[in-house]
Amino acid sequence: MEITSQDFKAVSGAKLKDEKLQKALFQAKDGFVVSRAKVIKDLDNFETIRQAASDVRDHCLAHLDEYLEAWESQAKASGTVVHWAESYEELNALVVKIAQDNQVKKIIKSKSMVGEETGLNKYVEGHGIEVKETDLGEYIIQQAGEYPSHIIAPATHKSKEDVSDLFAEKHQRPRLEDAEKLTHEAREILRPHFLDADMGITGANFMIAETGSTVIVTNEGNGRMTTTMPRVHVAISSIEKCIPTLDDFALMMRLLPRSATGQVISNYVSMTTGPKREGDHDGPEEFHVIILDVGRTRVLGSELRDALRCIRCGACMNHCPVYQNVGGHAYGWVYPGPIGSVLTPAYNGIENAIDLPNAATLCNQCGVVCPVKIPLPDLMRKLREKQYEKDLKSKTEKWSIKLWAYLAVRPKLYSIVTRVMARAGKMLGGSSGQIKTMIFAAQEWTKHRDLPTPRGRTFRDIYVNNKKVNKR
Amino acid sequence: MSARENILSRIRSANKVGEIRDAIGGAVEDRLTTHPASPLPDLTWNDTERFKQRCEDAASTLDEISQMDDVPEAVSRYLTENNLPTSLVCWPEFKKLLWSKSNVEAEIRSALGDDKVGVTGSYCAVAETGTLVLLSGQEHHATTSLLPETHIAVVRRNRIVKTMEEAWQLIRSEVGSLPRQVAFISGPSRTADIEMTLVYGAHGPFRVHVIIVDS
Repeated sequence: MEITSQDFKAVSGAKLKDEKLQKALFQAKDGFVVSRAKVIKDLDNFETIRQAASDVRDHCLAHLDEYLEAWESQAKASGTVVHWAESYEELNALVVKIAQDNQVKKIIKSKSMVGEETGLNKYVEGHGIEVKETDLGEYIIQQAGEYPSHIIAPATHKSKEDVSDLFAEKHQRPRLEDAEKLTHEAREILRPHFLDADMGITGANFMIAETGSTVIVTNEGNGRMTTTMPRVHVAISSIEKCIPTLDDFALMMRLLPRSATGQVISNYVSMTTGPKREGDHDGPEEFHVIILDVGRTRVLGSELRDALRCIRCGACMNHCPVYQNVGGHAYGWVYPGPIGSVLTPAYNGIENAIDLPNAATLCNQCGVVCPVKIPLPDLMRKLREKQYEKDLKSKTEKWSIKLWAYLAVRPKLYSIVTRVMARAGKMLGGSSGQIKTMIFAAQEWTKHRDLPTPRGRTFRDIYVNNKKVNKR
Repeated sequence: MSARENILSRIRSANKVGEIRDAIGGAVEDRLTTHPASPLPDLTWNDTERFKQRCEDAASTLDEISQMDDVPEAVSRYLTENNLPTSLVCWPEFKKLLWSKSNVEAEIRSALGDDKVGVTGSYCAVAETGTLVLLSGQEHHATTSLLPETHIAVVRRNRIVKTMEEAWQLIRSEVGSLPRQVAFISGPSRTADIEMTLVYGAHGPFRVHVIIVDS
């Protein structure tokens, strides 16, 4: 997918003014945040389990080559054809080759974020093969010609009215206004495609080294359909999705649905090991898995490696005050929110997503809810440091930091300057106690809000004074 | 070098074998063969009660009967009460049951796109989450629990295990290697992709009815 993260400021400005989007984001926030909070209470030792999951992910990443080799040998033993891809083009070309080798005309697809990364649909369609997204959210945005704004709720930016208009136009049927009726119309439209598609493409939430299996976690059942009905199944995944054992998978499943949708478990957890067996009545004749490495090994060898623990639940974005206000599209690539602010520059080059690591208050809501304890604010801070080292910061910001650094290492001067500024600030605010306009870089702040004035005394003064008082 | 070799070698150098790897530790071979357990939550509930509670939470309906021979009657009762069609497809394990006596027309075959009711057994069930565990195989048509609008699953009470970990243990000791698909099913198909409104029957069944059998 093409990256447009450099437009973050302009796009997020527009998103903030988009009333429909604001309503949709508000609804989604309520749904995700509240239901997660309720359902984690169901585990008496949530934090212990969270730490264990984080440790398992770390252990697996430290031995990733060995686990991938173990996974591959088990997968091959059960008849899976394993492919590796080092670029988006390579993965896309492999999919098309498998399709052409099997005379595939129609593909049904269960949602895959790796597929979004590689721009798979467009590529496959370019080779004259029809692709139908089947996850309702993905189906909606495919019909609308858009891309997902959230990793687990791809059409969360769309209102019901949007979907009503879209379906009426695309399905050429009377306009429906009820979410249930719209969902069932999509079911009716998609059912024949499940039955006559030649090939199914899914992602993989996990690859289990112990058994050579891939797993997909869904609520709609489209994932199970996609892995069961067509005669060829291709799962696309990336190297970091590997976990050691079935027991480790059970551990992850206590966290993933709870963190993602606030469910104890998702409705359908489908674990696939190889193609149709002798005597089976259903299942694909061929099962291919393509394992991607674009950016992953680079991140593994960098100070951002903790980000690879991610199990793609979306909790960080659901809880992020920035995401909650601007939505996913503003981030300009596949992964929005805090994890996107780390992965987007990490995979695409930090010069292509300058604003993202800065579009965070570092409030650590994301770090607190992450089921595998990724220290997202720390990673964003590391990216900010990298931007400074690489000379990618604006002149104003660089000079401000230099000036601050100069003062910070000169305590006496610092004390004088802050004292002067505190008093001047108090005077500037006058009786209202608010500064309405500031100059230079600071005007950005007062453009949208007032700045409460300092009370006239610095923290240091108050601290020293209190110490004296306490001594007495 | 192939993509595979390139990727594996990049992983090795990224992990700087001997540094990060040793610092984090843990032997791969050992973990894969002993699959150590992770910390579990409190599991001191009654398994059947917990299973029933969780099934209801996941919007499944429940029935309890004392013996396998009563399955057709229970199925018939459920279908009639809910104004559902009384012709169905079921797994071969229910072949010998006297369906016609309960006015149900049962066929032993894979489900097709327009079958309305599918009856399956279950390998086991997980109490912690109210989950049915179905293994694919010669006697276990996967489409039966997937294509029809109504899925009725028969669960033997003594096959209700506490956790997914216990289900894996059972599969390891009884089945050995995994079948093509292990399907964990927890309630009817659903989506909330339109304005977070919960709707049942997205692509799979609209309703799941669980019949717990004593013997």
